[in-house]
Amino acid sequence: MSDTVKAPAPQLIQGATGDWEIVLGLEIHAQVVSNAKLFSGAATEFGAEPNTQVSLVDAAMPGMLPVINEVVVEQAVRTGLGLKAQINNFSVFDRKNYFYPDLPQGYQISQFSQPIVGEGIVHVELADGSVREVGVERLHLEQDAGKSVHDLHPQQTYVDLNRSGVALMEIVSKPDMRSSEEASAYVRKIRSILRYLGTCDGNMEQGSMRADVNVSVRKPGGDLGTRAEIKNVNSLKFIQQAIEYEAQRQVDIIEDGGEIKQETRLFDAGSGTTRSMRSKEEAHDYRYFPDPDLLPLEFDDAFVARIKADLPELPDDKMDRFQAELGLSHYDAGVLVAEREIADYFEIVAAGRDAKIAANWVSGNLFGLLNKDATAITDSPVSAEQLGGLLDLMADGTISGKIAKDVFEDMFASGKDAATIVDEKGLKQVSDTGAIEAMVDEVMAANQDKVEEYRGGKDKLMGFFVGQVMKASKGQANPGVVNQILKDKLSG
Amino acid sequence: MSLDKATVAGIAHLARIRVDDDRLETMVGELNNILGWIEQLGEVDTDGVAPMTSVADMQAPMRQDVVNDGNYQDRVLANAPAAADGFFGVPKVIE
Repeated sequence: MSDTVKAPAPQLIQGATGDWEIVLGLEIHAQVVSNAKLFSGAATEFGAEPNTQVSLVDAAMPGMLPVINEVVVEQAVRTGLGLKAQINNFSVFDRKNYFYPDLPQGYQISQFSQPIVGEGIVHVELADGSVREVGVERLHLEQDAGKSVHDLHPQQTYVDLNRSGVALMEIVSKPDMRSSEEASAYVRKIRSILRYLGTCDGNMEQGSMRADVNVSVRKPGGDLGTRAEIKNVNSLKFIQQAIEYEAQRQVDIIEDGGEIKQETRLFDAGSGTTRSMRSKEEAHDYRYFPDPDLLPLEFDDAFVARIKADLPELPDDKMDRFQAELGLSHYDAGVLVAEREIADYFEIVAAGRDAKIAANWVSGNLFGLLNKDATAITDSPVSAEQLGGLLDLMADGTISGKIAKDVFEDMFASGKDAATIVDEKGLKQVSDTGAIEAMVDEVMAANQDKVEEYRGGKDKLMGFFVGQVMKASKGQANPGVVNQILKDKLSG
Repeated sequence: MSLDKATVAGIAHLARIRVDDDRLETMVGELNNILGWIEQLGEVDTDGVAPMTSVADMQAPMRQDVVNDGNYQDRVLANAPAAADGFFGVPKVIE
């Protein structure tokens, strides 16, 4: 990150008593990618029949003991390294005590005073190019709870424990963000890093990633205000909406002479508002204590070094490389690294070819058709290798750029290789000077008047002649050759 | 440290144990007695001794990331007072 990057301007709220600054901190809950749960051998897969992916440990049957999943530990360390954070070789699991029907143990196993990952840093770039450095306070491992379903029975709540005991990473930021845009860009960046690392699939719709948003307001530069915590917001759009509503609500209360209560609030997507979760208020006394069923979690430096040696290239590094080594613009590089799948696709297309042309085709023509069909790049009917094949045909002069666009649309519809389509449809570019000369002669003969005008000094007519010849060749004439021959003949 | 009646009532509520009012006073006395005994530990000099969460000087064993448990919905639900369609049924809880 260069030193010249500017920090974003804060999003101020204009109140009756002057400007207010929004202060935001986020807790992101990210489901760890693993086959089995944090402390049991039951599966984690999404969408199974209720209570089928539940071991007796997850159902909290008496006498069952938790045993930690080694891969989950690795994933937490991997994520810590990706966030450039301190890794704690010694950490402790605690019990967070509360009662709720989807929490069969009566406590959640979490990490309180000694988490597995400590402080880190994330660079968050906004649309205007400014960059916010957001501090990560900590990352800890904890169990997910089960799922309550309220609408299947008039008098009962139904509980499915499939998610109970699935490993979550809670990533806690420092209160470093100052606008709803920063908050949503921060979540997007964390999501991108986790997906590059393969430690969380980042699927917000399925609940693999959700955020608690801490919102407070203050006079610019003043002391921090009292914060409200908005629980479980599960989309980027909702995060922005919730923040904007909540910050304005707080300003209104303070300016009316009221006080902000430190409380947990719920975002209602229907109305775009937040409301108090009164039932949770008294439950805030969690009485954390070290879980006597679990020994402290310890690993050596070699364990961390092994994971570090295996880390993939992360978006920030990829972004730098795409600009420095491939000569892409900042904007293009940003678009291509946002998702690992896009970057991977692009790198295959660009391998051994002109990177800028490859970038234009991926972010222009390919994205255009993918968006139109609402198709993900992983399901693209044109593979990266096939797109590369098309670019090769252009580079060696077999087809022109104009024809290439048509061929590409054909490839997208049929899934065929570029070379096959060019052969089948006879689209090969004509570079044979004899054939082109004949066409030029024809065009000139049919437009004698324009030839005179051109010779009289009207240079602009060159475009007209090129167009006519290209048309006569059905777009297959090599434009470079056409230009050269036209120039020679017209000036002759 | 000493507990009053309101605190004991609060602790009972957090533990979801009903303690009737006439039992509360007795319980305040009993809990304060227990805390008194525990406070004697404060007389031991622990300067320079790291807090420990376990008396066993060993590393936590780890399991491999293999699915080898679950898939027995009937056993999980066997003791449920109410169950339907594979779910536990509990009294309605709604925000």
